[in-house]
Amino acid sequence: MTQDLLYNATGIALFGIGVFGAIVAAHIIRKLIALNIMGIGVFMVLLATARHGEITDPVPHAMVLTGIVVAVAGTALCLWLTLRIRLLDDVNEGDPQR
Amino acid sequence: MFTKLEFRKREANRRELPPFAVYALGFVVIVLSVALMFSVVVSGKAAPKLAGLAAEKLEASGVENPVTAVLLNFRSYDTLLEIAVLLIVAIAVLPARSSNAAGVAHFCSADKQDVLNPVLAALLRWLVPLAILVGGYLLWTGAYSPGGAFQAGAVIAGAGVALSLAGRHEFLWHTTAARIVINLGLFVFIAVALSNALLTGTTLQYPVDYAGMLILVVEIAATVSIAAILLLLFTELKAMVDAPREGRQ
Amino acid sequence: MISSLALSLLPLTVGLPLLAATVCAMTSARRWCVGTSVVFSLLQLITAIMLLLAIQDIDADEPLRYSLGGWGAPLGIDLVLNGLSTIMLLITAVLVVILSIYSIGYFADNAKAARFWPLWWLLVAGLNAAFVAGDAFNIYVALEMIGLGAVALIAIAGTRTALMSALRYALVGLLGSLCYLFGVALLYRVYGTLDLVQLAAATQAGPITWASLALVSVGLLLKTALLPLHFWLPPAHASAPPPVSAVLSALVVKASFYLLIRFWLEVLAPATTDFAMNLLGLLGAVAILWGCIAAFRTQRLKLLVAYSTVAQLGYLFLLFPLVAASDSSPNLSNMAVTAVVYFIIAHALAKAAMFLSAGDIQLFNGHDTIDKLQGVARAQPIAVLTFAIAGVSLIGLPPSGGFIAKWLLLNAAIDSGHWVWVIVMLAGGLLAAVYIGRVLNVAFSQTTAPTPTTTRPRTSMSCIGLSLALMAVLLGFNAEWILQLANGTGESSVPGMGALK
Repeated sequence: MTQDLLYNATGIALFGIGVFGAIVAAHIIRKLIALNIMGIGVFMVLLATARHGEITDPVPHAMVLTGIVVAVAGTALCLWLTLRIRLLDDVNEGDPQR
Repeated sequence: MFTKLEFRKREANRRELPPFAVYALGFVVIVLSVALMFSVVVSGKAAPKLAGLAAEKLEASGVENPVTAVLLNFRSYDTLLEIAVLLIVAIAVLPARSSNAAGVAHFCSADKQDVLNPVLAALLRWLVPLAILVGGYLLWTGAYSPGGAFQAGAVIAGAGVALSLAGRHEFLWHTTAARIVINLGLFVFIAVALSNALLTGTTLQYPVDYAGMLILVVEIAATVSIAAILLLLFTELKAMVDAPREGRQ
Repeated sequence: MISSLALSLLPLTVGLPLLAATVCAMTSARRWCVGTSVVFSLLQLITAIMLLLAIQDIDADEPLRYSLGGWGAPLGIDLVLNGLSTIMLLITAVLVVILSIYSIGYFADNAKAARFWPLWWLLVAGLNAAFVAGDAFNIYVALEMIGLGAVALIAIAGTRTALMSALRYALVGLLGSLCYLFGVALLYRVYGTLDLVQLAAATQAGPITWASLALVSVGLLLKTALLPLHFWLPPAHASAPPPVSAVLSALVVKASFYLLIRFWLEVLAPATTDFAMNLLGLLGAVAILWGCIAAFRTQRLKLLVAYSTVAQLGYLFLLFPLVAASDSSPNLSNMAVTAVVYFIIAHALAKAAMFLSAGDIQLFNGHDTIDKLQGVARAQPIAVLTFAIAGVSLIGLPPSGGFIAKWLLLNAAIDSGHWVWVIVMLAGGLLAAVYIGRVLNVAFSQTTAPTPTTTRPRTSMSCIGLSLALMAVLLGFNAEWILQLANGTGESSVPGMGALK
């Protein structure tokens, strides 16, 4: 029970830190890291849910695995967009409109 | 919100909100987190209904590892859509097909003239096959114990990353071979799902006798695609990171 | 017999677009992509019509379910088909056929076409998956498909504005889906199932259910762009290529709204309160007024159309206070739901038409600054006509579909005695007339004809936009038929969605 609480508290704290960071930070990489921390918070809660004494529920584990893949995909797409914008800016260096 | 996005290093510490709003937000987040914690503490936890069900049906699933059974049989639809999510990102990142005879080119070519450091070359000669072997093992063992397509794909992608970082090999993503490798996972998954519909009458329902084998086929295809897509993301993003630096020199 | 056969087609609503996507992604030759897309969009339309016939045929009280893999909920994943989801599938299929034909002409460039077609089909697969989903976690994956697919499609435009707004959309989308996922994780922890129907049966009001409802709602509201969370929508919808803008405004935001309806009126209904419902309505009302004013003040045509989407989404949220007000009479809440369904269809057609015409005007003039569009009506009569007809439906003038939708919504508000909403709706209509009138006024002003850029949109492509606008009007003439269609479509377990009965 204590273990369960500890996992949940950590998960919720990570989620909260992530939300705070995602809203406050202006830098895209910081925002992305914050979003990934949020994701880890959710996964912690799911892992705590999976454990029932000796029995382990496989469904939350599968959800976490799927969640990780989706998080990788989302992060990669955001990084790609950031780099595209940076490349465009490098080409138009000194352009006042950018 | 989300309006003053920055990506230059010198702006790393910039904030989107004025200081008082930052403190207010921090306070709100703490209060909400505590409230959330409270609601989790006061409410119980449901009995592991699904754990029992999964254990009961495990025998009919074709694999012995319950997590793999959930991922590739009980809830395989989620995994199908998950591979589709990866494919979305892969297609967005995939470089355009160039007009020259790209169809003939090999997916992985070692034509670059760079001469490798002999120690590095020897290490790669060991490391890459080893990583592929480990990937294969992870894929195979996923049926019995922790492991599976994503883990295997990640390790094999690691082998590709090592190759591309060493500098001698180049992955040509505009080739037809690359496109097929990237799509293989989703295509085989759908093909198996639809052929299942013909065999058993229900989409994604494996015939019990062939379940293990069909799952392995789906997993192998998924591993290939996952490895390729992760490698694609790495090499393409790295090329974009390097591009402006080369331009300035 | 026919209906059970048709029901077995349910997985195809997701399977067909996915198959089309892989085929397009593998060949990457434009010719093949176009052929595949035409065939698959027609197949999808046929599937949607078969499903509609099937669900009309059955008068079961329960929605139709399809257990993927044969396991059945809670271990497996079920697909669910009810009246509302059938209508969403049908409008998606219709729009996909029309917008695909438009995109054949628009994406003539090989490199862009090779990227567009697979992403297009993956987005459609995500939309259909969300409409037929019967499982809370499955909805999360579907939402990510929709979100990332939409982002990747916006990025095809390739301009800095498009990339920047796509990036912002992606970040907001990730934030939203993680909030949603946390809500689902908590629900699973307490109720031990992910199946929506089983969750609906098990839910009780309590701190954890409120917490889940709040998290799920924030996630979905971010994606639906209800007023304080709408900041990402106008630039994203305005900078995408026209067919993508059309599908974003017509369907993508509606998908998360559809899920909101399911969670608020069905799955977590016991945890909702009248206060929360009224709050959503209030935000919707502010969105109507603010969206119209922002649309009037903006300088760019596509931004104007995008702000108009913010306003029109506001109308949808009036559903919640109307349902809350009609607690005692299911008749009234049925009326509200029918009105909103009708509104979704009318807005989808009109807004898609409007974005296509705005795209044409931008392509022709090389810009879309409204003040510089003088005399564009003479140069591009079809595009301006499309804009005007779609505008009639958005304002809600008879005989358009928009008129019927607003009239139904007004009736529901009047019958429940909520005069505030009535005033807001009438004001919204007037303000819409003002901002659409502003564009038409400039377009018809008598000056020298504008100097066109080299690219001239093909007349056949302009006509596709016009056909969409005409469909939005015809919807008004065929109101009875559509309502009957809606009424005949089986009863669902949703109070109010039985509406569709």
